[in-house]
Amino acid sequence: MLEVSDLHIHLPTRRGMAEAVRGVDFTLARGGTLGLIGESGCGKSLTALALMGLLPEGARATGSIRFEGQELLGQSDRALQRLRGNRIAMVFQEPMTALNPVHPIGHQVAEPLRLHRSLGAAEALRAAVALLDRVGIPDAARRARDYPHQFSGGQRQRITIAMALACGPDLLVADEPTTALDATVQRQILRLIQELVAERGMALLLISHDLGVIAQNVGRMLVMYGGSVVESGPTAEVFSAMRHPYTRGLFAARPRLGQPLGPGQRLPTIAGTVPELADLPAGCPFAGRCAWTQQRCHTERPEATVLHDGHEVRCLRPEAMA
Amino acid sequence: MSDALRQARRHPAFVLGALLTLALLGAAALSYLWTPGSPFEMDLEAKLLPPGARHWLGTDAYGRDVASLLLVGARSSILAGVIAVGIGLTAGTALGLLAAARRGWVEEGVMRLADFTFAFPAILSAIMLTAVFGPGLGNAIVAIGVFNIPTFARVTRASANAVWAREYVLAARACGKSRWQITWEHVLPNILGVLIVQATIQFALAILAEAALSYLGLGTQPPQPSWGRMLAEAQTLMFQAPLLAVWPGAAIALAVLGLNLLGDGLRDLLDPRLTRAR
Amino acid sequence: MTAAPPLLEVRDIHHAYRLPRERLFAPPPLVQALSGVGFEIAAGRSLGIVGESGSGKSTLARIVMALDTPTAGSVRLLGQDLHALAPGALRAARRDFQMVFQDPYGSLDPRRTVARTVAEPLAAQGHASRAEQHERALEALAEVGLRPTDGSKYPHEFSGGQRQRIAIARALVTRPRLIVADEPVSALDVSVQAQVLNLLQDLRERLGLSYLLISHDLAVVQHLCDEVAVLHQGRIVERGTPAALFGHAQHPYTRALVDAVPAMVV
Repeated sequence: MLEVSDLHIHLPTRRGMAEAVRGVDFTLARGGTLGLIGESGCGKSLTALALMGLLPEGARATGSIRFEGQELLGQSDRALQRLRGNRIAMVFQEPMTALNPVHPIGHQVAEPLRLHRSLGAAEALRAAVALLDRVGIPDAARRARDYPHQFSGGQRQRITIAMALACGPDLLVADEPTTALDATVQRQILRLIQELVAERGMALLLISHDLGVIAQNVGRMLVMYGGSVVESGPTAEVFSAMRHPYTRGLFAARPRLGQPLGPGQRLPTIAGTVPELADLPAGCPFAGRCAWTQQRCHTERPEATVLHDGHEVRCLRPEAMA
Repeated sequence: MSDALRQARRHPAFVLGALLTLALLGAAALSYLWTPGSPFEMDLEAKLLPPGARHWLGTDAYGRDVASLLLVGARSSILAGVIAVGIGLTAGTALGLLAAARRGWVEEGVMRLADFTFAFPAILSAIMLTAVFGPGLGNAIVAIGVFNIPTFARVTRASANAVWAREYVLAARACGKSRWQITWEHVLPNILGVLIVQATIQFALAILAEAALSYLGLGTQPPQPSWGRMLAEAQTLMFQAPLLAVWPGAAIALAVLGLNLLGDGLRDLLDPRLTRAR
Repeated sequence: MTAAPPLLEVRDIHHAYRLPRERLFAPPPLVQALSGVGFEIAAGRSLGIVGESGSGKSTLARIVMALDTPTAGSVRLLGQDLHALAPGALRAARRDFQMVFQDPYGSLDPRRTVARTVAEPLAAQGHASRAEQHERALEALAEVGLRPTDGSKYPHEFSGGQRQRIAIARALVTRPRLIVADEPVSALDVSVQAQVLNLLQDLRERLGLSYLLISHDLAVVQHLCDEVAVLHQGRIVERGTPAALFGHAQHPYTRALVDAVPAMVV
């Protein structure tokens, strides 16, 4: 259903155009769940925005994004508007800013229906109330008239999910949907998303920086660093056999509940810091920070090495991690 | 610095505004050193001449050289702008900072006082003040200045409140810094951008106000030239020498335009640099 | 247990604040942020406060730092009641307790150089000369792994992790006994978090600091603290060592918190 090939995104920076996404490929079938994990600046949010055609001013995307056979890159904004909120929907990190504070929530949830399905106001509102009920807003009919500030953070995120689902999209993109929420609420929201995805046969692209969230919620995953996908595959596969040094570093750097370190011990860290976009090495983006760096890592871009069962890694020395 | 200049070039509006403002200041400065003719000498035989070789913009009803009148008239406008904005900036900013630092009754009191002053339409009130205390550039400027105070107080208070809410101010309080120290070291530097922009806007308004008061005969008094009074004099001669109204009118319009563009441009240039967190 | 009095003694803190008036003649509604919160920290030991939004943890941090006055209760540092001190004495006492904030982008004044920001607690104390302040600021920067040349730069030239190090340097410059850290690593990427957590551990062992660490992240609290208290709607519902609390939680809320952490296992 969704095929992304060789996606490159260039961004204007203070030092000229820099490549923020460097050749990303992935596919997503109907009903499939894919997770994108990475830290700040890896390009995961940009990739998601490119799907919706919502890249920032001055950004340039090349490659191919095919949605149901239709090429999305290069389409006019009007054509993309017909898809947004309709066939492809997005849920963002900050529920407070995603909702307009001066409109009642019923109105906002009904908006995609009025826009894309040309429903009348009353009919759209009825459908909106049903959606609000489904996402777990108690007393939906009455609360549809309330304003965003009258709801808690978790409830607001439920409302944005309802808005995203209004037109029954084929693909739901969720960019860090629970990062701003408390852990107990996070669990409920992720469970809600899973239920809805299964119920409606949607595809889900879930973006997160949290390995735990990825582990528990998606069937396949992509690990991004410096604009490239450094490791990908079925989640269970990747977690049981991490083959990229960055993936391992990420996994090891997180303090684990129930596994405290001794007094002299320290958390294993990844040496150095993420370089600015313009300073990324020409070869493997992780060159220099990686403990196994060789000379050629700085200049040669690694191709994807296929391990088994759809598990791929981009490293010039995959045998070092075996 | 070169970074700023490069950015400046990308904002043509700012560049235009800066040029016009510099032209205004330059004209006033130049008038102290040299004028094409004399703005004071009356030559009734040479009255109402069209633009020509001797008098580049012609002469007015008393034979005075219009170009010289414009140059010297710029002085009144600038003086009005500088002093009026100066009064508003110092008193208004001080009040605004006090309100934001003290909150509670003090803030309420200051803001209500500002509201009260705002309630009076500025130019009418300036007219009233000059009518009571006598016409003249000095009184006009003071009147304009007083009515600038609430504007600066409001703008300062709003921006200062935003800064007080920032975490680095909380960190300063956690160190034990007093409110006055925080206002001086943290709040003021971080609202300078806003104040500068507001000052350029108020400058333009002050020029307009001085022109209006002079037009009514309540501002600059003869023989001191003023663009506003030139307009008043030109009014009766609209059909005989229409150009006489065009020159001062254009001067006022360009000065105000220049300052507004400068203000807009400064806002664009200063904001992203100041608020840029990454 | 120990002969010396504890470093920090928080007793029976209650705090309520008023919301804006809803009706003209009715009294404004009161929100009870904290009810009967109390704990102790011995010198050199660290306590973690775990809570979600609405638990009152930020209010607690501000009360311990004497930035807000509690409606009732006391905070004693080295035996002195912080809220009963005169302003001058309180300022002097602040030498012994400093704070690290959550937001690495907001907690540093963008218009001041790093060295001046780090020296600010010293400047507020008023004893050291400008030169001495600068000297000690650079020392503090070195302790957190930054270079002396970084002192003349501005915050926007640094990454999030580096800015948090600067904030930690600022908290260290007066050689405090206690550092109150309010979500010090929540805004950082995982790999950067690890670096800053290691730094905090190093500093604790090298300088004998005590931390009052406030976080919603159980794993971080477990990593750095000797004891943990769980805050829920203004009350401490359970306390104990991390192993005990996270291993066999007694209170249902604690159990809910532990269960809610997504395990890094498929």
